[in-house]
Amino acid sequence: MSLTLSDIQRIAHLARIRVTEAEAEQTRDQLNGIFELIAQMQAVDTAGVAPMAHARDVFQRLRADEVTEPDRRAAYQAVAPQTEAGLYLVPKVIE
Amino acid sequence: MQWETVIGLEVHTQLTTRSKIFSGASTAFGAEPNSQACQVDIALPGVLPVLNKGAVERAIKFGLAIGAKLNRVNVFARKNYFYPDLPKGYQISQFELPIVEGGSIDIQVPSEQAGQAETKTVRLTRAHLEEDAGKSLHEDFHGMTGIDLNRAGTPLLEIVSEPDMRSAKEAVAYARALHTLVTWIGTCDGNMQEGSFRVDANVSVRPKGQQEFGTRREIKNLNSFRFLEQAIDYEVRWQIEQIEDGHKIVQATVLFDPDTGETRMMRTKEDAHDYRYFPDPDLLPVKLEEDWIEQVRAAMPELPAAMRARFQRDYGLSAYDAAGLTSQRELAVFFTDTLALAGEANAKLVANWLQGELSASLNRDEKGIGAAPIGPAQLAGLVRRIADGTLSNKLAKQVFEVMWTEGGEPDAIIEAKGLKQMSDSGAIEKIIDEVLAGNPKSVEEFRAGKEKAFNALVGQVMKATKGKANPAQVNELLKTKLAG
Repeated sequence: MSLTLSDIQRIAHLARIRVTEAEAEQTRDQLNGIFELIAQMQAVDTAGVAPMAHARDVFQRLRADEVTEPDRRAAYQAVAPQTEAGLYLVPKVIE
Repeated sequence: MQWETVIGLEVHTQLTTRSKIFSGASTAFGAEPNSQACQVDIALPGVLPVLNKGAVERAIKFGLAIGAKLNRVNVFARKNYFYPDLPKGYQISQFELPIVEGGSIDIQVPSEQAGQAETKTVRLTRAHLEEDAGKSLHEDFHGMTGIDLNRAGTPLLEIVSEPDMRSAKEAVAYARALHTLVTWIGTCDGNMQEGSFRVDANVSVRPKGQQEFGTRREIKNLNSFRFLEQAIDYEVRWQIEQIEDGHKIVQATVLFDPDTGETRMMRTKEDAHDYRYFPDPDLLPVKLEEDWIEQVRAAMPELPAAMRARFQRDYGLSAYDAAGLTSQRELAVFFTDTLALAGEANAKLVANWLQGELSASLNRDEKGIGAAPIGPAQLAGLVRRIADGTLSNKLAKQVFEVMWTEGGEPDAIIEAKGLKQMSDSGAIEKIIDEVLAGNPKSVEEFRAGKEKAFNALVGQVMKATKGKANPAQVNELLKTKLAG
């Protein structure tokens, strides 16, 4: 897959980003470089290789089940836009 | 046309940890709003989740209890959706590699023959760990919504069944069996009013005999067994009517309204969320070491199914009694404690008193077994006095009543209130003579062949002894007298 200059202009327009002619060319080359990288990775035969959930081959450390956090509501709510009766207030949402 | 109902349940069980799944904030119920929501729970920038060992351990315990496969490596994923009571913009859950896969739970369902029950196995798909969201309060804030994040980050184990149930009754039997199990092993307190055990039901119908499933609708957030049954019954009738009227069922999420007893549409599949699951980069895969699993296994209590079988086998109890006694761990423990003192030979008597008088009194006073004013030692004492003939059933009920309302040991109560059964046959004979002399008409009727007259005489004797005579003994003596 590779992008043309008009693809770049269209994406830039959708994203409301103004790009110059020179920037568009540079962006096209960079994006196409990324697509090449993806194509290269997709060409590798991964049959029989288990997918990784994380880039590092280590496991999660666990925490003892203890209450360690004090009530710091006043401090947190001091920087909240709007609170009342201990609640954070947000514009009305009803599903 | 004959229709068949197909039901699968998803149950959110709140785990009994002291602290949250990814933070050290308390999970205690009923606190001041946001007083138990720390920086991780309110999702301040830069905070990181740290997994609670207690939550993982409870999931292992549940997996072992249902004979499931425990994924030695399991992974947390982000489930993305936008809602103000989910301040991160995603819920941390498990998707591709949940901690528990497979397993099953046996339920008792009514069989074709009336009064009989048979065992049915419900397979489980999976159970995964996740965090709960906060709570939105839509009233009373002049057009704004109030957010309480105390519940955010509370550990949940979501337990998903296969679509193995075929009626609302079966779904309720499964939900009850699951409730018994999770409270039994202590992974969940089972408090449905507080939302610790919430049920979603996936319901569809299909013509009987058809292989493929019909289109399902999901009823969300049922928090009582009664609502679960009502909601499914309504939903099934509604779906059948729709199809018979020539409409198609559209996959949807619905809510049950307990006031009207109806389900109503919340959203259809078209506007269903695309959750864009992906592994959470803030959390590494979780490894379950074998020795940890074995430690958890070693600490497991005897499970209700095993105990039920043992009660039937060792004590000769009926399936009904055994199932009733193992419906709650505290009740089963009360039973075994009482039996240890009353003797195994009295198992049936103990079972009867526990499930009869004691359960009825608990229900009447709206008490749990833990709050019963009578303990195993008192009940055992009472049962021993019935077994050795000191108390008739009727007198035993009076002793029970005194123990329940005033307390005290059965022997002391029997002594103090003079509730001992009369066994002195001389004294009983004397009373019988008096009764026979005072009721010549009944005596004549009996001699003329009227069985009823005999019962009337027994009644008179029992009355004259204030219920303290042993009815069997009275029968015996009366028969001899009348024959003589």
